[in-house]
Amino acid sequence: MKITREQVEHVARLARLELSEAELDTFTGQMDSILSYVEKLNALDTEGIVPTSHAVPMENAFRADEATGSIGVEAALANAPLRAESFFRVPKVIE
Amino acid sequence: MEIFDLTIHELHEKLKAKEVSSVEATRAMLDRIEAVDSQVNAYITVTPEQALVQAEDADRRIAAGEIAPLTGIPVGLKDIFVTKGIRTTCGSRILENFVPPYDGTAVARLKEQGAVIVGKLNQDEFAMGSSNESSYFGPCKNPWDLSCTPGGSSGGSAAAIAARTATATLGTDTGGSIRQPASHCGCVGLKPTYGRVSRYGVIAYASSLDQVGPLTRDVTDSALLLGAVAGYDPRDSTSVNTPVPDYLASLAKGVKGMKIGLPKQYFIEGLDPDVKRAMDEAIALYQSLGADIREVSLPNTEYAVATYYIIATAEASANLARYDGVRFGHRAEDARGLAQMYSKSRAEGFGPEVKRRIMLGTYALSSGYYDAYYVKAQKVRTLIQQDFLNAFKEVDVLLTPIAPTPAFKIAEKLEDPLQMYLSDIFTIPVNLAGTCGISVPAGFSAAGLPIGLQLVGKPFGEQEILTAAYSFERETKWHLKKAPL
Repeated sequence: MKITREQVEHVARLARLELSEAELDTFTGQMDSILSYVEKLNALDTEGIVPTSHAVPMENAFRADEATGSIGVEAALANAPLRAESFFRVPKVIE
Repeated sequence: MEIFDLTIHELHEKLKAKEVSSVEATRAMLDRIEAVDSQVNAYITVTPEQALVQAEDADRRIAAGEIAPLTGIPVGLKDIFVTKGIRTTCGSRILENFVPPYDGTAVARLKEQGAVIVGKLNQDEFAMGSSNESSYFGPCKNPWDLSCTPGGSSGGSAAAIAARTATATLGTDTGGSIRQPASHCGCVGLKPTYGRVSRYGVIAYASSLDQVGPLTRDVTDSALLLGAVAGYDPRDSTSVNTPVPDYLASLAKGVKGMKIGLPKQYFIEGLDPDVKRAMDEAIALYQSLGADIREVSLPNTEYAVATYYIIATAEASANLARYDGVRFGHRAEDARGLAQMYSKSRAEGFGPEVKRRIMLGTYALSSGYYDAYYVKAQKVRTLIQQDFLNAFKEVDVLLTPIAPTPAFKIAEKLEDPLQMYLSDIFTIPVNLAGTCGISVPAGFSAAGLPIGLQLVGKPFGEQEILTAAYSFERETKWHLKKAPL
């Protein structure tokens, strides 16, 4: 086994995903078979190989530190599930 | 020939000659959508009112003699492109009611030219899938055989071309999501080099792999639409600041003397016999046109799918962290406290494939596994990229199949995610290498399903693959066959 049900539960917590018991079972099996497949990468010697994080070589992209237009408060709040005045409203954070 | 059958360049000539107005063309397209889309489900949202306003505006431009190649042309957009004032779902319940406050750059460039947007197209949820079956809005069907998938993730973008419910469409390609559905639906689909087209306003899946590209009826349209959306954008710091060539100007250069490589790892046992036959015929045709065909090697091909499913899921798990029910998107109703609001909103909003990839990516990035999975995959990505650069020292373009088989049946691969992932084996390496590829219609299976040919170019070698594709299209005419719908 590459991954246990307990590990899957832990990853679900990290990912902020509330999974049902059935989903935990399914994902444990599926993740195990996918991770077993991924194991094949270990057959390759990658000692000294530089990791690629981007397809095209690129340096930091700088721009002038100047304020530009923004979409405005009403447009930004237009999709809010819940709002109060000019804020996004969320459930109580500190119990 | 109906208006909705025309290519961009054919309709452009009729608009310019005032044989037809954009309002007429747009109405014809909207009527066609009304008539056939209930069978295909290529559209998540159709926008008739906005489209007709844009068409009237286009007709005013044309009357004033200000016609650009896309002025007045009815186009469809994968629902991954944010569109100001038009619902953008990305195929997900979590964005079911999301109405973006801005247009992305590719969309803005189409609008500047006066293109008419007729609607937003079906796709796999968050572009995660190879069959369009993970869409919250139901599977899209293949117009050539309604019991088959159109491929994915840009399934709606390809199916709308085959069903003639859009003159052209835009899709995105992270592991084959433009090229594979184009192949399965018998249209032309181009994935440009990473950085060629801005990703601003494209809902992110895997940011180091995602790229925007055209799906069209022919190669000329592909060149034309790529030229319209390509180019540097200060709003996407990964877009590359090199001039956009005139892709149309080099189309008819021909392939005499062009060095075309056949990667031996792509012509393997297990290739569907119909696909194999189509490739053999294509190779023979290029030979007869004077191309110099050679075998090349991409030795790390067999590691590409594993590499992709680590890198793409890792990036996805980070990108999709923003869907938390706070600022936009679905929020669970009955959560106790903030933490449960996050986890319930995400549980309700995401479908199984998205959850699976978030889980895989979170695992690959988690403490203790980061080096073993994520860094390892990034190193193998370097080797895969080097394979391509080495091959391109010997040849100008590569010729490969797009997929091992023609379109598969709906539900055929749903139960086994790994089998679904493996169907992208010939397209994924191109995204990892960051280079460009095009799918061109190359024949049909015995069952009458389209088969696509892939031409892969050097980084920023879009001109070469378009030239090679155009030569092929001109000789074969496979692209003129119409789906029975």
